[in-house]
Amino acid sequence: MRLRTLALVLLAACAAPAASAETVMRMAVTTSFANSGLAEALLPRFREETGITVQLLIVGSGQALTMGAAGDVDVILSHDPQAEAAWLAEGYGTERREIMYNDFVIVGPRDDPADVAGASTASQAIVRIAEAGALFVSRGDESGTHVAERRLWHAAGIEPSGAWYRAIGQGMGAALNTAAAMEAYTLSDRGTWLAFENRRGLALLFSGDPALFNQYALLPVNPERHPHVRAEAVARLAEWLTSQTAQTLIDGFHRDGVQLFHFNAHVAQ
Amino acid sequence: MNDIAQGLWQALILVVSLDADLVEITVLSLRVSLTATLIASAIGLPLGAWLAVNRFPLRRGVIATLNALMGLPPVVVGLIVYVLFSRSGPFGVLGLLFTPTAMIIAQVIIITPIIASITHQTIRELWSEYRDLLISLHTTRRQRIAALLWDGRRALMTASLAGFGRAIGEVGAIMIVGGNIDHATRVLTTAIALETGKGAFDMALGLGFVLIALAIAVNLALHMVSNTERGARW
Repeated sequence: MRLRTLALVLLAACAAPAASAETVMRMAVTTSFANSGLAEALLPRFREETGITVQLLIVGSGQALTMGAAGDVDVILSHDPQAEAAWLAEGYGTERREIMYNDFVIVGPRDDPADVAGASTASQAIVRIAEAGALFVSRGDESGTHVAERRLWHAAGIEPSGAWYRAIGQGMGAALNTAAAMEAYTLSDRGTWLAFENRRGLALLFSGDPALFNQYALLPVNPERHPHVRAEAVARLAEWLTSQTAQTLIDGFHRDGVQLFHFNAHVAQ
Repeated sequence: MNDIAQGLWQALILVVSLDADLVEITVLSLRVSLTATLIASAIGLPLGAWLAVNRFPLRRGVIATLNALMGLPPVVVGLIVYVLFSRSGPFGVLGLLFTPTAMIIAQVIIITPIIASITHQTIRELWSEYRDLLISLHTTRRQRIAALLWDGRRALMTASLAGFGRAIGEVGAIMIVGGNIDHATRVLTTAIALETGKGAFDMALGLGFVLIALAIAVNLALHMVSNTERGARW
């Protein structure tokens, strides 16, 4: 008797839930889009209006582009303009639509041993970190943030290496956790930083340089290469994300009284 | 210490309030890992027994390989399954990537060697005891394996439970092949990784305690069903 009960429970647990009829599409997004909470502010509304469920794969921009090239997702939201252009040139996608922007910020220990807060440009800020030999945590994962970080070093004419430069090869959250534990500096997008809950002794030390501009763009996967992609659902998402509804939601999304993202798509009239 | 206390508190809140998301990811965790354990047991138990009662060339090599595969790194299994089931891979047309099915496949690959190896060890000892009897009764090979598996069932339960333990606590493979998609492929371990990334350590620890409690509950349920480890019985 007891055996039969267990068998029934097992069967119930193993049986797949009934497939629903609604449209489901997959989008590879950067960690900032999901971790900041913006996804929760946008996608339920999109689903309400269109009946389309967007499943999110939260990865770095590099991995997102790889997933798109393989046809494992229908659309990508990333923030690495150069890699996106190369990806488009390969014919993996159909277009690149700019949606919104925010900026990168330099965070570090509150007592700021390298005096980053006193720097006048982003370039000067990271030069100070390198010269002081202060610990710096790098994403090291080919994400949009990692690429932006390397661009900063390159512009400053520094090839970062040595015991002070710690490349961890993980996501933004892990990088912030590591920086908090090691009292190190790191580069973060503003959204993830504001939403991050384990700051310990970390503080936002430098921001505002135009070099820290961070553009997010939507890239649909090319249906000619991958006929199974839900191109119709993607088109509706692209249209919706550049609509006035999305503009209101994105610009109205605040955390701790700060606006996290700024809508800058060309609104379709 | 404070973090751990907060984690326990968070776990309590989640369980008492029967948080809808928690129920969903817990059910999926159980579904994926129990299905993987059932399939892996269906393969591993007969395979282990067969290896114990048969003599063939390269037997030692096969068994050594099987034992070595117990240490298969989940992240490598995940990557291989990912490449196979990617739309650009050989099984891409099935569209199984980022589904619970892909997660089950990866876990079956990880835990089958564990179940088969422990089974082999158990049955080998039993076989040395039963050998003369079973041969004198003119049993067929199939009958011998069946008799040994039945008489060793208590020990073999440990084999399956070891497999289940590895599956339910595994994160490397299912993170890659499942993608940790909310309401689709998010399970307890991948949710813990996500919460850690957000810096929400109390929530991550809370989910961790739920995971440990779940593993204990499944083991306890099996012991109750099979009537083992009771106070009055040996």
